[in-house]
Amino acid sequence: MRGFFKKLRNGLQKTREQLVGQISEVVTGTPQFDDELFEEIEEVLIASDCGLETAAHLTGRLREVCEERKTMKATEVVEIIKEQMIVMLNGGSAPVDAVIDVTPKVYLFVGVNGTGKTTSIGKIGEHFRSAGKSVLFAACDTFRAAAREQLQIWADRSGADLVSGDDGSDPAAVAFDAVNAAKARGRDVVLIDTAGRLHTKHNLMEELKKISRAVDKALPGAPHETLLVLDATTGQNGVSQAESFGDAVGLTGLILTKLDGTAKGGIILGIRQRFGVPVSWIGVGEKIDDLETFDSREFIEALFA
Amino acid sequence: MFDSLGDRLDGVFKSLRGQGRLSEENIKDALKEVRRAFLEADVNYKVAKKFVAGVTEESLGEKVLTSVTPGQLIIKIVHDKLVELLGGQSRELAYNPRGITVWMMVGLQGSGKTTGCAKLGLRAKRAGRKPLLVAADIYRPAAKDQLRVLGKALDIPVFTTDDDAVRIAGQGLAYAKENEIDLVILDTAGRLHIDEELMGELQQMKKAVRPTEIMFVADAMTGQDAVKSADAFHQALGIDGVMLTKIDGDARGGAALSILEVTGRPIKFLGIGEKPADLEVFHPSRLASRILGMGDVVTLVEKAQAAVDTKKAIELEKKLRKAQFTFEDFYDQLQQVKQMGSLESIISMIPGVGKALKGLPIDDHALVRIEAMIQSMTLQERRTPSIISGSRRARIAKGSGNSIQDVNKLIKQFGDMQKMMKKLGKMGPKALSGFKFPM
Ligand SMILES: Nc1nc2c(ncn2[C@@H]2O[C@H](COP(=O)(O)OP(=O)(O)OP(=O)(O)O)[C@@H](O)[C@H]2O)c(=O)[nH]1
Ligand SMILES: [Mg+2]
Repeated sequence: MRGFFKKLRNGLQKTREQLVGQISEVVTGTPQFDDELFEEIEEVLIASDCGLETAAHLTGRLREVCEERKTMKATEVVEIIKEQMIVMLNGGSAPVDAVIDVTPKVYLFVGVNGTGKTTSIGKIGEHFRSAGKSVLFAACDTFRAAAREQLQIWADRSGADLVSGDDGSDPAAVAFDAVNAAKARGRDVVLIDTAGRLHTKHNLMEELKKISRAVDKALPGAPHETLLVLDATTGQNGVSQAESFGDAVGLTGLILTKLDGTAKGGIILGIRQRFGVPVSWIGVGEKIDDLETFDSREFIEALFA
Repeated sequence: MFDSLGDRLDGVFKSLRGQGRLSEENIKDALKEVRRAFLEADVNYKVAKKFVAGVTEESLGEKVLTSVTPGQLIIKIVHDKLVELLGGQSRELAYNPRGITVWMMVGLQGSGKTTGCAKLGLRAKRAGRKPLLVAADIYRPAAKDQLRVLGKALDIPVFTTDDDAVRIAGQGLAYAKENEIDLVILDTAGRLHIDEELMGELQQMKKAVRPTEIMFVADAMTGQDAVKSADAFHQALGIDGVMLTKIDGDARGGAALSILEVTGRPIKFLGIGEKPADLEVFHPSRLASRILGMGDVVTLVEKAQAAVDTKKAIELEKKLRKAQFTFEDFYDQLQQVKQMGSLESIISMIPGVGKALKGLPIDDHALVRIEAMIQSMTLQERRTPSIISGSRRARIAKGSGNSIQDVNKLIKQFGDMQKMMKKLGKMGPKALSGFKFPM
């Protein structure tokens, strides 16, 4: 599924022309850049879940540029805002490098219920395996029914080892054992699956901290990456999720899943702006190779598609 | 993270005070704030626009223009209109009067269908039905196992085979007939609304089992895309009702309004937790308050009513206002609070407070410790905390298994709380910011 956005973009060329067409009408219809134009652009941003604050920030900057330049074609206006958004997405830290610089390299996956943590682990496991790395999965969702069985199937598919505990057992203990097992067996990568949890539940967030600490105990400095798995259909609550998970365990990256639907995932702009957390991977389907690294330009193009 | 609409409107109108009469322009500014609140709550922007246009006329009426509290009046207009839209009253799921009832759960991936099946199953079982859960998610790894485990824990039978989804559904219904089961709850795989093949599969399943209700399961955290997915599911299947899940988080749940707008179908249930019992019948006014960022006061009041002795409550309020609140009252309160559920869930329902206290460790264990300390106080100490001297503190610490520092902290914070309560009595809810529970 490489070049997902490119495909999407070509497929949606028509709607894009429509949009630009609309905007250009506004510009040529009135001598100045009036409110209607900015409202139009704001609507595109809002419809993509960018949120009011981010939208206002972007259109505000755009307004300044437009006023300076006096006249501009509609397509130019759109290009300017796209550039602004790309700059926004590239600020903060760089995306997680898939390069394995420590062994084992430990990745912790966190997020609210049903966003795609387990599936993403399956895909990323396959990604590393096909790069010639040995992978171990830690089944630290000991809460949800059949969570371990689900991860076991992904382990079988991607040829990864699985370390698990009994249902209801302490997830921190499973994580600790898994990292030690990876060290003993000389595995290159450890991917830790955790139970989905709402970020507002204090006890569950404490449990997550404990998992992270246990991993650090088994291997000082680990987890090396802590990734928030975010569903692209998520609205403004995404900011709250990033904030709470970030406060609890510190995020190094995001995985934006389900981009194969019609949701645009614009919430990542606000998250990047506020917390500087970059997107590392995107999920574009349910199959094992429906995973891509994030490309901010392609993403923004799709937003305007 | 967002200011409540109430605060915003207060802001809009406060700046106008002393300028005499409000103008239409002022009201329009206020309605912009309403739109903003809707967008922050994830109501689809088109739906928000339409809604605001709908309440504009009413808001421009003489009543608001001449009101001394225009903000509150606008909120009331908006709230009432929302409640009206959201369904006026709560609705139950339909049963088939002749033969086996079939409820079919559909929705996007990860929305909570499987858990939802277990929740509805438990509810029906408690109502004296004989439910069967049918696992027809043949795609997601271990999805059938998940339903099987849930059914086993609830002692509800689960049916599945290795066939395709349509046939599993049909076989499930046949199994129900043979086994004197009166309710089939059909779990289906999550799918994207643009996946024609899989949407076709659902249509075939519908044909095979003729469901009494098709329930669209949607995540309360969904953003602007909700209109597209709900519309597509409704177009393809004709849904009958909606279950809004994960509402126990801090999402404002505006997607509900979007779904309603495009499907015209009522929201029937709310998923309020991960456990099978965490299901609630939908109440429009609560969700309306939540969308407007006003907290879930109704639920809180209901819970409190169930747990609190009214006479005592009135007395307590008087005491609070006069800051005559003692450790004895506090202990009483703790007992009542304990009956209402976890502290965290209670606090999250108080408008404004949830946000102010967010991130603070609100730990039910702390309550147990406080309880122990109060229990170690004499009656006199509880009534007149000021007499608790150093030696008394040492005794209380020892008696309750806490350190003297813990006792000092409790007494100090209790004093702070009394002061705060005094202020609160005079100032209203704003004074709550900065308020810390003594724990
Ligand atoms: N279309 C699509 N579906 C996805 C994607 N990623 C995951 N899913 C589906 O989303 C659903 C939930 O995925 P899981 O991996 O079980 O999510 P999770 O976060 O582990 O869920 P919990 O552990 O229950 O919190 C499954 O049906 C997945 O197949 C994606 O990129 N695109
Ligand atoms: Mg999982």
